[in-house]
Amino acid sequence: MITKATFGIWRGDARGGKFENYETRVSEGMVVLDAVHQIQAEQANDLAVRWNCKAGKCGSCSAEVNGNPKLMCMTRLSDLPLGKTTTIEPMRAFPLIRDLVTDVSWNFRVKKQIKKFKPRPPDAPDGTWRIAQEDVDRVQEFRKCIECFLCQDVCHVLREHHLHNEFIGPRYFVYAASLEMHPLDTENRLAELKKTQGIGLCNITKCCTKVCPENITITDNAIIPLKERVVDEFYDPIKKLFRMLKP
Amino acid sequence: MAQIETHEYDVLVIGAGGAGLRAAIEASASGLSVGLVCKSLLGKAHTVMAEGGIAASLANVDQRDNWKVHFADTMRGGQYLNNWRMAELHAREAPERVRELEAWGALFDRTKDGRILQRNFGGHKYPRLAHVGDRTGLEMIRTLQDHGIHQGIEVHVECTITTLLKDDTRVAGGFGYDREKGRFKLFHAKAIILATGGIGRAYKITSNSWEYTGDGLALAYQAGADLMDMEFVQFHPTGMVWPPSVQGILVTESVRGEGGILLNKDGRRFMFEDIPELYRNQTADNEEEGWRYTQGDPDARRPPELLTRDHIARCIVREIKEGRASPHGGVYLDISWIKKRLPNAEEIIKKKLPSMYHQFKQLADIDITKEAMEVGPTTHYMMGGVRVDADTQMSTVPGLYAAGECAAGLHGANRLGGNSLSDLLVFGRRAGEHAARFAKEHGAARIDDKRVEEAASAVLKPFEPDGDPRGANPFQVQYDLQEMMQKLVGIVRKEDEMRQAVDELQKLRERAVRVRANGNREYNPGWHTALDLVNLLTVSQMIALAALERKESRGAHFREDYPNKSDTFGKCNIVVRKDADGRMAISRLPTSELRADLKLIVEEMK
Ligand code: SF4
Ligand code: SF4
Ligand code: FES
Repeated sequence: MITKATFGIWRGDARGGKFENYETRVSEGMVVLDAVHQIQAEQANDLAVRWNCKAGKCGSCSAEVNGNPKLMCMTRLSDLPLGKTTTIEPMRAFPLIRDLVTDVSWNFRVKKQIKKFKPRPPDAPDGTWRIAQEDVDRVQEFRKCIECFLCQDVCHVLREHHLHNEFIGPRYFVYAASLEMHPLDTENRLAELKKTQGIGLCNITKCCTKVCPENITITDNAIIPLKERVVDEFYDPIKKLFRMLKP
Repeated sequence: MAQIETHEYDVLVIGAGGAGLRAAIEASASGLSVGLVCKSLLGKAHTVMAEGGIAASLANVDQRDNWKVHFADTMRGGQYLNNWRMAELHAREAPERVRELEAWGALFDRTKDGRILQRNFGGHKYPRLAHVGDRTGLEMIRTLQDHGIHQGIEVHVECTITTLLKDDTRVAGGFGYDREKGRFKLFHAKAIILATGGIGRAYKITSNSWEYTGDGLALAYQAGADLMDMEFVQFHPTGMVWPPSVQGILVTESVRGEGGILLNKDGRRFMFEDIPELYRNQTADNEEEGWRYTQGDPDARRPPELLTRDHIARCIVREIKEGRASPHGGVYLDISWIKKRLPNAEEIIKKKLPSMYHQFKQLADIDITKEAMEVGPTTHYMMGGVRVDADTQMSTVPGLYAAGECAAGLHGANRLGGNSLSDLLVFGRRAGEHAARFAKEHGAARIDDKRVEEAASAVLKPFEPDGDPRGANPFQVQYDLQEMMQKLVGIVRKEDEMRQAVDELQKLRERAVRVRANGNREYNPGWHTALDLVNLLTVSQMIALAALERKESRGAHFREDYPNKSDTFGKCNIVVRKDADGRMAISRLPTSELRADLKLIVEEMK
């Protein structure tokens, strides 16, 4: 096994930056985040990086490793071609704060626009609900989301077209789906999804699904069913008539 | 004076894990302005890592359960050093807090008749943990976060408070900096709730992230509050041990709840060999009965793998010390063996423990449905913390509250798994309610500009360390501290080693004043590490001194030189506070007499 490897890490801020090469030791089982931490502790104390759990559970350590959107804590060095320099750079769909840290605050603002959970009245006199396990299982997938924003990072609508004001991105379609398909929820979020949240802008390239570290089938299981619901709601002639009569 | 961004709130909550979020929700629901300071981004706190579940006697799975049993279990687990009133409130209110979470959108796994499902966990007599797979913490924090953002709470992300400010005796605000630009922030507040979590970063092997440097404990200490039970650090028995880079990452107790067993290198199920007296009546004495328990047989007693964490951690250490360790210095934790009992074992494991499956597969190349894991103890939780009033969660400083891991009392000498998430909810809510009341009853407090200036210059100090132009590397000092604490104030303790630790701490403090931050104030982890060091050193000192004072072994505190329990120490908590000369003072506080009706419950369930 190679005992040293070179990492090209993006150093810079909103004003600009460049890849800086660092050589460091590698040992069995190391992940990219370990290499970054080692470099930070020994060679570059001020190297900015986010992390918390180191176990793929908090979604803090998102970056682009050799150009691929990844959680650094779950990317093993043994899976990378260490013979050549490994590049590590920040997510490109968000403004850079410094080094590997980006300003993801837009995501948190977007979430606020989505109408909150509104449960049906309790099923039992003691104020509790009865739910079948299979109804829980149906939305479980969406609720696994760790808010790493890697899907947002790769979606071309955000990354290339910068339509942040008209499009909430795959993460929030997953979120909307988790609420819309929640067995107790009674809210309707379809009008916003169509009008202000831009679900129509998604052209099902599935890039988001490919990068999701939680293996959420974002497109097939969240976005497409939501699109269908939107179609049913707005293009179904009977419903349309109904809406015209009931402003 | 340096530029400072100023905010004013009725209630300031420091920390945005489960307890902080729950507290903020409660305080803002009463119509007050609430600021929430979050060291990382919102929703990333350690609560996310909690896997097992929320302990609450809903009695959905076993109707014999009720708050009294939960209370008795908690007291037994804490070796009767718990604040009994907190244990009572916790056991009584936890079910309501879980139901409320469901009303806010949390989705738990279900029983056949559609109620919230509950699972077995160490030290709990009946299946009691409401859960969703093995990612309950994520479900909980996300539910609180998503509920909270619609309540008008102002969140300050990536912001660290370094000093609490007082107006005479009462608390008046907090001073800190934001990570993004290194800007100073000053928060005026009528009441402050600390919810900063634990101290795991004081140790080398830990399940905690960079955030857990005992900030709330150090802030409270500097503000003159009492701290208590600091000798009780929980080492979770099962952390990953291999590969080295993942050492310490948690392996949930649910693995054992679902039937996982512990084996030494000879394949011996060593937990059967040492069952403590306090638990003998409730523990299975053969493998068959233990297995039936995990499969929900109400007449079976629990397997010894579900004894309390302190005990299991010590048994593992014993196996390792006596030469029966697995190849990488741990023991085996095997869930794959259940395939001998169940036809669809692989599917069940993946369904019940999805994130464990994922974690081992990705980080260690191990398929837990086929092979055993290697595990060893990891620093996990601080039972001690700010001494608070049980009902209100107020510390000994007026207007200063604490909830969750950074408060002491509920767990006594050892915390039961699952009692942490319920703790966050029950006492987060109580702290929020009472801090709001305090804020309503008291006008604004005054902050002294001079104190603010002092706080600001302390924060900038790592950019110009005394004398030494090169200064010390903050990461190196932190690393040396962690090595030292692991070695000298770890799972097995003794007098001379802890004395040595106190000397080492002195040297580390001298080095810490000379640490240097390179670069500038913008998102500079070297600088942040330098600042966090101050708190880490303070809490490490508290742990070492409290552990020296308690000359007995109880719960998570094990002393080789005093291996037994002592009646004297069974009747007191160790309190730490800053004395009039600014020195760290240790004293013994007699525990209060258990209320008669509660005593009866404890006796009945012995
Ligand atoms: S499938 Fe839609 S949301 Fe996903 S990356 Fe493609 S365009 Fe974006
Ligand atoms: S959906 Fe997947 S990729 Fe997107 S934020 Fe959630 S976990 Fe990350
Ligand atoms: S550090 Fe939590 S996902 Fe990587």
